[in-house]
Amino acid sequence: MDEIKKEQTTTHKIGIYLWIWGLLFVLSFFSYMVDWYQFQGLLRWSLILFFMFLKAGLIMAFFMHLYWERYALVNVLLWPMTAIACFVGLMVAEGKYTLFSRLFYFFVGGG
Amino acid sequence: MSSDPKIEGYKFKPGYSGMAADTASDQTMFKGVHWGKAMMWIFLLSDTFIFSCFLISYMKGRASTPVEWPNPSEVFALNAFGVPVPLLLIAIMTFVLITSSGTMALAVKYGYERNRKMCGWLIIATALGGLTFVGMQVFEWSKLIHEGVRPWENPFGAAQFGSFFFMITGFHGTHVSIGVIFLFIYAYKTFAGHYDEGKRGWFTTMKGDYVEIEILGLYWHFVDLVWVFIFAFFYLW
Repeated sequence: MDEIKKEQTTTHKIGIYLWIWGLLFVLSFFSYMVDWYQFQGLLRWSLILFFMFLKAGLIMAFFMHLYWERYALVNVLLWPMTAIACFVGLMVAEGKYTLFSRLFYFFVGGG
Repeated sequence: MSSDPKIEGYKFKPGYSGMAADTASDQTMFKGVHWGKAMMWIFLLSDTFIFSCFLISYMKGRASTPVEWPNPSEVFALNAFGVPVPLLLIAIMTFVLITSSGTMALAVKYGYERNRKMCGWLIIATALGGLTFVGMQVFEWSKLIHEGVRPWENPFGAAQFGSFFFMITGFHGTHVSIGVIFLFIYAYKTFAGHYDEGKRGWFTTMKGDYVEIEILGLYWHFVDLVWVFIFAFFYLW
């Protein structure tokens, strides 16, 4: 049993961790710069999302070892995220509707 | 690749055909994965849903209020040498958490290489990073509370700001605090050699193994992962 266990546990070269670590620092620095230079509007939002997903992907893939896991585990973990994406979509629509009805009834009046 | 210890002669196949074979096969679906690791991943998945619900309710609250939302860049600014620097503390907190995530990843690596001392010291470093993070969060909370931010009102704009802020960062801070406690416990267990000797844990008959460090690491990286999203959506947006 012990021999098999040792065989299973894979270690990776230290370089890959240091690279990812450095990249995370650089990406965090860039996402802070988005605020520093006060980018606004669509540019700001897309930059924020771009750096966020890149950082999240690097952490999950290499620090959490998902890149080396079997698809049976990876797919069980990642497919539920589509449910969250659907929820986000629904609530964007709902938020717009709530804002519309608030503006309408607060300032125009329902009559 | 080694065969699964539970099923002799099972052939691992790569990619989606491997996924189909693993899922359709006997006894265990996550082959070659320690059950504790699979359970941690499933816990983290459920935690993802909790944090998603918080962030989605924040999105909906912010999108649906006709009142101006407080500008986080100004609310979280800090005076350094008499000049207000936007998001200074939050940026430092982000770098501290990423640093501790890196030391944790290295602790897992050295654990699997059975390097007890390096593994233990890196876990201590991770715990200290976590403590620093929580300390700075306490500072941030008390600063905002002094400025009059409450869950029901604040002097900067939309009243919902406070409740979302305390709820989301508070829940994340709780995760960090629990993680720090466990990091210290596991640092002790590492230094005491529980994982080299295969000593049994306190509430389990499972024999100690360095895979436990990886499981702890998954939790810690998840805490960092959640902060990536909070930083993007709450502080930068």
